Amino acid sequence: MILDYETLKLVWWLLVGVLLIGFAVTDGFDMGVGALLPFLGKTDEERRVIINTVGPHWDGNQVWFITAGGAIFAAWPAVYAAAFSGFYIAMLLVLFALFFRPVGFDYRSKVADPRWRNTWDWGLFVGGAVPALLFGVAFGNVILGVPFQLDEFLRPSYTGNFFGLLRPFALLAGVVSLSMLVMHGAVWLQMRTADPIESRARRAAQLAGIVMIAAFAAAGLWLAAGVDGFRIVTMPATDALPNPLAKTVEIVSGAWLENYGRYPWMMAAPALGLGGALLTILLVTARRPGFAFVTSSLAMAGVILTAGFSMFPFVMPSNTVPNASLTVWDAPSSHLTLTVMFWAAMIFVPIILAYTTWTYKSMWGKLTVEYVRAHDHEAY
Amino acid sequence: MIADSVVDLSRLQFAATAMYHFLFVPLTLGLAWLLVVMESVYVMTDKPIYRDMTKFWGKLFGINFALGVTTGITMEFQFGTNWAYYSHYVGDIFGAPLAIEGLMAFFLESTFIGLFFFGWDRLSKRQHLLVTFLTAFGSSMSALWILVANGWMQNPVGADFSYETMRMEMTSFAELLLNPVAQVKFVHTVSAGYVTGAMFVLAISAWYMLKGRDLEFARRSFAIAAAFGLASSISVVILGDESGYELGDVQKVKLAAIEAEWETHPAPAAFTLFGFPDQANETTHAAVKIPWALGLIATRSTSEEVKGIRDLKADHEVRIRNGMVAYDLLTRLRAGQTDDATKAAFEEVKKDLGYGLLLKKYTAAVVDASDEQIRMAVDDTIPQVAPLFWTFRVMVLLGFWFIVLFSLAFWYCAKRTAGQKPWLLRAALWSLPLPWIASEVGWFVAEYGRQPWSIGEVLPTRLSTSVLGQGDLWFSLAGFIGFYTLLLVVEMYLMFKYARLGPSSLGTGRYHHEDNGQDPTQRRRGAENAEKAPSLA
Repeated sequence: MILDYETLKLVWWLLVGVLLIGFAVTDGFDMGVGALLPFLGKTDEERRVIINTVGPHWDGNQVWFITAGGAIFAAWPAVYAAAFSGFYIAMLLVLFALFFRPVGFDYRSKVADPRWRNTWDWGLFVGGAVPALLFGVAFGNVILGVPFQLDEFLRPSYTGNFFGLLRPFALLAGVVSLSMLVMHGAVWLQMRTADPIESRARRAAQLAGIVMIAAFAAAGLWLAAGVDGFRIVTMPATDALPNPLAKTVEIVSGAWLENYGRYPWMMAAPALGLGGALLTILLVTARRPGFAFVTSSLAMAGVILTAGFSMFPFVMPSNTVPNASLTVWDAPSSHLTLTVMFWAAMIFVPIILAYTTWTYKSMWGKLTVEYVRAHDHEAY
Repeated sequence: MIADSVVDLSRLQFAATAMYHFLFVPLTLGLAWLLVVMESVYVMTDKPIYRDMTKFWGKLFGINFALGVTTGITMEFQFGTNWAYYSHYVGDIFGAPLAIEGLMAFFLESTFIGLFFFGWDRLSKRQHLLVTFLTAFGSSMSALWILVANGWMQNPVGADFSYETMRMEMTSFAELLLNPVAQVKFVHTVSAGYVTGAMFVLAISAWYMLKGRDLEFARRSFAIAAAFGLASSISVVILGDESGYELGDVQKVKLAAIEAEWETHPAPAAFTLFGFPDQANETTHAAVKIPWALGLIATRSTSEEVKGIRDLKADHEVRIRNGMVAYDLLTRLRAGQTDDATKAAFEEVKKDLGYGLLLKKYTAAVVDASDEQIRMAVDDTIPQVAPLFWTFRVMVLLGFWFIVLFSLAFWYCAKRTAGQKPWLLRAALWSLPLPWIASEVGWFVAEYGRQPWSIGEVLPTRLSTSVLGQGDLWFSLAGFIGFYTLLLVVEMYLMFKYARLGPSSLGTGRYHHEDNGQDPTQRRRGAENAEKAPSLA
């Protein structure tokens, strides 16, 4: 084993972040496209153009989401257990919304009836917008702390309910995630379509970018003004065997900003979030959607890293039994599992990036209504 | 303590969603390779009919694939949502193959499936064939990792319990990967998928031949399916599950249950061909037995015993009593009494901790279990025999039928007379649902036969669930039933629609509905595309 346990625990925190960013950059744009579909496509053929820009890619993109889930299962089983069972109803709503995507994409254009197609269009809207919103709400709740505890055999139990998740700060976080994925999807469409969809997409990107900047900045101010954060008082060594019940934690107002004082370089994350979004608005306005796609990707990376940095080393704090909070140090898998998974990621992520790039290159170009007409039997 | 109703509803939900998911998986596994075969012939011969075959069966593949993806996400979510304690307790081992499946296989399959559909005029012929191959390879690799995970549930090797982290932890990744139960299950399951794919193409092609339409197209599809199906059906039976049954206690119990082997008989044991198992009296009524057969199948020898249920139960009672000691020591260790003597004592008995946990059903404290409670826990270690006995026989019977049917189809294809044998074509058509039935009963045997364990000898199913209310379960069950029913109706509608349209759905202008004018819109569009066809190729 080349890497020691402490380092691997930290590396896996980063790798989960990388997978979440990978999910936002890839699956994020097709979710944004889904959310925009009924509004940017006025006719059936326009909607087919929009769907076909993501047609060859949505399935591969979705695997970033699946793999991020699998990686959390493998690297932080305690987090996977507590989060998925705790957010039970919300997770199922995300799942049910996701049901609309594979069938919506593949089945929509297989029947010509307009009611059929219109129904699937709204299905794709739900499949894009609902998960995009609920992921943010879930993150917002994690930042606020989740009402869960662990018994002496580490069985998690949750004392809240679904409506308890709809706290104002969490809803604001939902607006951040929805607007950033919509912005990203709009930039994608501006890049891959021609007028009139292109112009509509540009306006959508501008609007979503403004909403995102406002919501993200408001969330930051709210965090500074009065959201309770968590702070570790005592804990075992960082390379100790994971035991989430061995530490003591206190709840302190403003504690989520302490990391930025301790490590000022972390300020780069929120700066990237705001700056990336601002640049995106400028670049789409200047009709440079290719560059805008890069900056909106960076903006999303900034937002995700901001959430991670603010809470570090917490991953899922408990606001009812703070000592049971899950952290980077006491939620991970064993040293061997983290090592195996580390090498699996090191080998396969570059391969995945390589062939994913090849598929995008193969399918590159602006899609038009003419393309859809010519490929009536093959296209979505 | 978790309510029995929550445990039952969680099991019902998992079983229902897993079996539903597996309506789509085997067809994906098999049809993907048939597409590779068809497209390889296209690349080698340059005959457009093979391209049309790849595209048409690919269209049906896509309709099926969409639901496979949809229902697959459910499976990943459910370990966390409904089986949280399981996820905590074994995530250190079980999570790894799932995550690697994503990285190594699912990415590959899902990324290239898009190019399979959209890349026809963007890629060279060979590039496209490579894409199809990688899709098929990815889907079979995906099955490998999922079955490594599932095989570990049946025979948990390469892992050890740690009282400090209160969970199972990986001790050897190689053992996990090379778990013989997982390897056998992988071969058996993908073969079953290949049979399903072959039957799908065989049956629908037979229907076209019975209708006398698209004969060139149907005959070629039929022949490829017959050859592929023959190899796969022989493989699914020969390489079947039985060779895994001597490994691990769960597999032994499963074997005894599916054979209704109540007593340990002197080797080699007889195989019960037929009978009515009676669990209460531990006997099988009206049993018809074949001497020696079970011993040969299960142990591949004439001298090794196959252990009967009564002896297995006697073993289990010893292990449950040991497990009470293990549980007592664990409680002390967790409370901080971590002296060397306690640790050593725990190491001694911890392999039976799981058996001790079986008593949780009857007493929360475990250590105070009465003899009566222990007896009930011992009874729990044997799943219901009759359902396993019957489903196993259904599966085996179907397996042999597939060999017969594909042999006949292959024989008459070789003689080039398959098209003139309506009885054969009808048999192929009517056999269409059978591989799905075989797969579903096969999984029933594997997973119901694993009860009362979620992880064999390690973690009882009823301790594995999340802490949820009944209302949560009813909400999710209602959602699944509603969505899944609707999706199945839609999927079947499209599948029938496109199977009926046949290759004319490609709009090339070369097929049945197009030349006889049954569907003028199709014909017109087809003609337009036919003009464009040269530029596409």
